[in-house]
Amino acid sequence: MATTDITHDSLARIIAANRRTDVVMASIGILVLMVAGTLLGAVFIDLLASGWERLVNPDFYTNFPSRRPAQAGIISAVVGTSLVMLVTAVIAVPLGVAAGLYLEEYAAKNWLTDLIEINVSNLAGVPSIIYGLLALGLFVYGFGTGETILTAGLTLALLILPVIIVATREAVRSIPQDLREAAYGLGADKWQTVRLYVLPAARPGILTGVIVGLARAIGEAAPVITIGALTFIAFLPPAPLQIESPFINFDWLTSPFTVMPIQMFNWVSRPQAEFHINAAATGVVLMVMTLAMNALAIYIRLRLRRLQR
Amino acid sequence: MTSITTSADRDSGMPLYGGADARFLRRRALWNRVASYLLFLAAAASVLVTVGIVYVLIRDSLPFFAKVSLLEFLTDTQWTPVFENARFGVMTLVSATLTVAGIALAVAIPAGLGLAIYLSEYARPTVREAVKPLLELLEGVPTVVYGFFALLFVTPLLQTFIPGLSGFNLLAPGLVMGIMILPYTASVSEDAMRAVPMGLREAGYALGYSRFRVAAKVVIPAALSGITAAFILGMSRAVGETMVVAIAAGQNPNFGFNPLEGASTITAYIVQMAMGDLPHDSIAYHSVFAAGLALFVITLSFNLVGFFLRRRFREVY
Repeated sequence: MATTDITHDSLARIIAANRRTDVVMASIGILVLMVAGTLLGAVFIDLLASGWERLVNPDFYTNFPSRRPAQAGIISAVVGTSLVMLVTAVIAVPLGVAAGLYLEEYAAKNWLTDLIEINVSNLAGVPSIIYGLLALGLFVYGFGTGETILTAGLTLALLILPVIIVATREAVRSIPQDLREAAYGLGADKWQTVRLYVLPAARPGILTGVIVGLARAIGEAAPVITIGALTFIAFLPPAPLQIESPFINFDWLTSPFTVMPIQMFNWVSRPQAEFHINAAATGVVLMVMTLAMNALAIYIRLRLRRLQR
Repeated sequence: MTSITTSADRDSGMPLYGGADARFLRRRALWNRVASYLLFLAAAASVLVTVGIVYVLIRDSLPFFAKVSLLEFLTDTQWTPVFENARFGVMTLVSATLTVAGIALAVAIPAGLGLAIYLSEYARPTVREAVKPLLELLEGVPTVVYGFFALLFVTPLLQTFIPGLSGFNLLAPGLVMGIMILPYTASVSEDAMRAVPMGLREAGYALGYSRFRVAAKVVIPAALSGITAAFILGMSRAVGETMVVAIAAGQNPNFGFNPLEGASTITAYIVQMAMGDLPHDSIAYHSVFAAGLALFVITLSFNLVGFFLRRRFREVY
């Protein structure tokens, strides 16, 4: 029978070799992290450096797009993005939260629930440009909503629906069963329990999902290009609020528009390098907005976790 | 006096409440019912979105397939939709799409796996908590920004090493896309690894395995379906990603897998056509939907495989 002599030396060698492997593995992980972090920094600094001269010029924020790169601004894109996001939030938030509540609190375990679940998880993976084709075929030509703020808002709402549904489900699932039982014990019925106890407790988690979803919608260009958003908009849509009665007006919904990612895409696609400066400056504004929203979502989640502990 | 009974006291036949109480309870029961129906409708609406996508893609590409045979669509190696003698070989677009996605995966698989092993097996919990937000921030960067970066930063940088690289190429967007999908693949595979029960690791340690052996021989095999799912889903994202390739990969439909040349991907083609003014009933308009249908079929099959693989690793543990 063959035997292996285990001596103090051979053990020490094995342990030292294992330690070395550990150091190598940890270094690989840290290296990847550093490269990723550096790239995030590089993207931002590259944009900042390229777009600086436009960023510090106040005209950039108040001017309309122009054929002359030095006078072009992003006012119509900023207003367009804000109004589209308004539509998106108004549609996606109630729909997504309701669907998430249904799947988590009401759904029976049957094939229909399975189908809805597979469907939601598949929708999350459908490329955004396919939503654009859906909107082009169904909204623009089918329902005749045209190339308007309403169409864009609706399209992006469908796009971020899975994000909000998943966030709602996770938030609702994390609420202890005790809370529901306490509510039932006080005589509440199902809907009262959900509305008065579960939903308020899940609010921070849902809010996180909504913010992440809207941040994604702000940065999306592909579906909005597909429905035919224009890139040269030298006017603003009618204001949603007005001084005369009835104070609120909905004409802006059917107005042509542009949004910031499309404005940036248009400028970066031009051959003249002067327009690339505008594109970089728009990119900085876009990145600051989306990163700030994502950071806010992370902050809410961290605070929530500390509270729950 | 009006009275209602609940299911419990229906057996005893005793009315419990009367008058205003009964009205309140009846209204409450009605709301309870209505709310559950409304919530169900919202969930069902998400199925309508899928139905709508499939319906539109098929309806609007049917006129295309009436003129171009499926065989030609799948085997021709030319894609010239606006030429006099138009040819429609979708493989032209698919080849560029797969080239970019392949480059992206060549970056994302080793980096994502390395990062996932580090986070799940080596990093202290405090490090892990700090890293996850960074990954989320990386995921949150708008893709149009990544496109700008690929065209005006990465390509010029690569051109100093690779003299033959054209201004529009598949290499730069592929590399950038690899970084883009890295956070996603890393976090999904890390989830899969963390779902492996501690007991399996402890059994490995009890046999005298080192930390690396535990990771390589116990954790990765046990989490393999989840890790595979991460990369299949990452592939699906790379195939469907639009703005990076629309900006940095160029718009020439070339059949081939050369990463140093520019070529139009499926998504870039859709964007290119949408930017121009498409006559509503032209074959070019319908070709956009045919390309979209091809894209949808590819990503759907990736997504379904990924979904069932992920579900399997969840069920095992």
